[in-house]
Amino acid sequence: MPDEMTDADLDAFAGAGAQLLGLPLKDAWRAGVRANLRVSLTLGALVDSYPLPDEAEPAPVFVA
Amino acid sequence: MMPSAWASAAEIAGAVGAGRVSASAVTEAALARIARHNPVLNAFTDTTAARARARAAAVDARVARGASPGPLAGVPFAVKNLFDIAGLPTRAGSRINRDRPAAAVDAALIARLEAAGAVLVGALNMGEYAYDFTGENVHDGASRNPHDIARMTGGSSGGSGGAVAGGLVPLSLGSDTNGSIRVPASLCGLFGLKPTYGRLSRAGTFPFVASLDHLGPLARTTEDLALAYDAMQGADPADPACQDRAAEPALAALAEGVGGLRIAVAGGYFRRGAGPEALAALAACAEALGTREVIEVPEAARARAAAFIITASEGAALHLDRLRTRAEDFEPVVRDRLLAGALIPASLVARAQRFRRWYAERMREVFGRVDVLLAPATPCPAPLIGQQTFVLDGQEMPLRPNMGVFTQPISFVGLPVVAVPVARPGQLPIGVQVIAAAWQESVALRVAAALERMGVAHAPRPKLED
Repeated sequence: MPDEMTDADLDAFAGAGAQLLGLPLKDAWRAGVRANLRVSLTLGALVDSYPLPDEAEPAPVFVA
Repeated sequence: MMPSAWASAAEIAGAVGAGRVSASAVTEAALARIARHNPVLNAFTDTTAARARARAAAVDARVARGASPGPLAGVPFAVKNLFDIAGLPTRAGSRINRDRPAAAVDAALIARLEAAGAVLVGALNMGEYAYDFTGENVHDGASRNPHDIARMTGGSSGGSGGAVAGGLVPLSLGSDTNGSIRVPASLCGLFGLKPTYGRLSRAGTFPFVASLDHLGPLARTTEDLALAYDAMQGADPADPACQDRAAEPALAALAEGVGGLRIAVAGGYFRRGAGPEALAALAACAEALGTREVIEVPEAARARAAAFIITASEGAALHLDRLRTRAEDFEPVVRDRLLAGALIPASLVARAQRFRRWYAERMREVFGRVDVLLAPATPCPAPLIGQQTFVLDGQEMPLRPNMGVFTQPISFVGLPVVAVPVARPGQLPIGVQVIAAAWQESVALRVAAALERMGVAHAPRPKLED
């Protein structure tokens, strides 16, 4: 997650995403959602920053 | 003679099978103890007394006519309330699920334990939808730690920990997506087995994160873990993740000892956040086993991070419709986590699943060098109920997501683990993870049994009034 993501940036992202998915996002819930989003995106960035080879297969394999 | 509340499942089954006590008498004693202690411990959300009495009578009838009553004859057990129990709605710790119709049939593992002679006595408290490491629950109240009722059981299988540690039953079942068996085992001072991903059927249980969900037993001895585990093994087409493998019984291996096993301690990441109690418990196990080797698990922090976002995203996807229509009915902290999880970009989740396979290969390499890894189960003993933060690696951190920092990188790639309680007389319990290669549950159980025989691992008895 870019370090410069401010609370307002995250709130805007959460608001747009919630609207897109048809999820309710009350004002009273915004701080909690923002805090969780910041943790998840920070951890996501840690995973994202690892240089996996293009050949790295995802873990779940569908068996027909 | 009636076995005490602290008798093991093996002792109860032995006494019932030999006709020294009836399953009915054992069941009545368990129901009475639940009635006496549950108002304080809050481990049970439902008791199934009528069904338990009928089942116990059937076990007694088998004994009376000379038929084998099974290896768990008359053993009372209870299950986290995300297991289907015929006749009850499967609430999964939630308010919302109480509106579901009652389950028509039992979960597969309940059926298998009862086929082995065990007697289901009820359903157990849990963190809402299993997204929890505390054992707290706004709808049903917190499950309380029998070793100090002001403290957490750990979660999300909180009632599964409290019920066994409090002597209400000798055996319970929980689920473990990121640590939800191992965390309460550590905080309640119990043995807990999280088998290999795909070993035990999850059919008839309410899911959380399909690609990470496991089920397993908690007990006060390794022998009881192995008895239950052996009774529950076997393929089940009703769970698409359950592998088509023949049962590999572990009970007989418990006595084999640790001779010939290569055992190492997980270093680096697995030491940095551990508090003094966790490090001392780990050192006690390593010393008893004569272990000096320390192995750095590659990229464990990233593994934990990847498990975290897969969990948040898959969990949110499961609950999307409920979030749309009944957001107010969720536990607020769970709702906020799930709403945030729904917003994680799909590209990050797909990348985490690619990282998962890369990391699984690295762990396979680690287990080419050793048979067993030891690591802390939790950073600290049981925090106070309601506690929001704790100090992790010198930093004050939110407690709720971080109690699983040591369990998450292991379940992320489905490795089997036995959480063992390390003896600390007069102090709160804490556990150590005994981790083995995939499908080597019996190796982890052997090491746990050896630690138990040496007196290093021991499920302490709480100071509850009998």
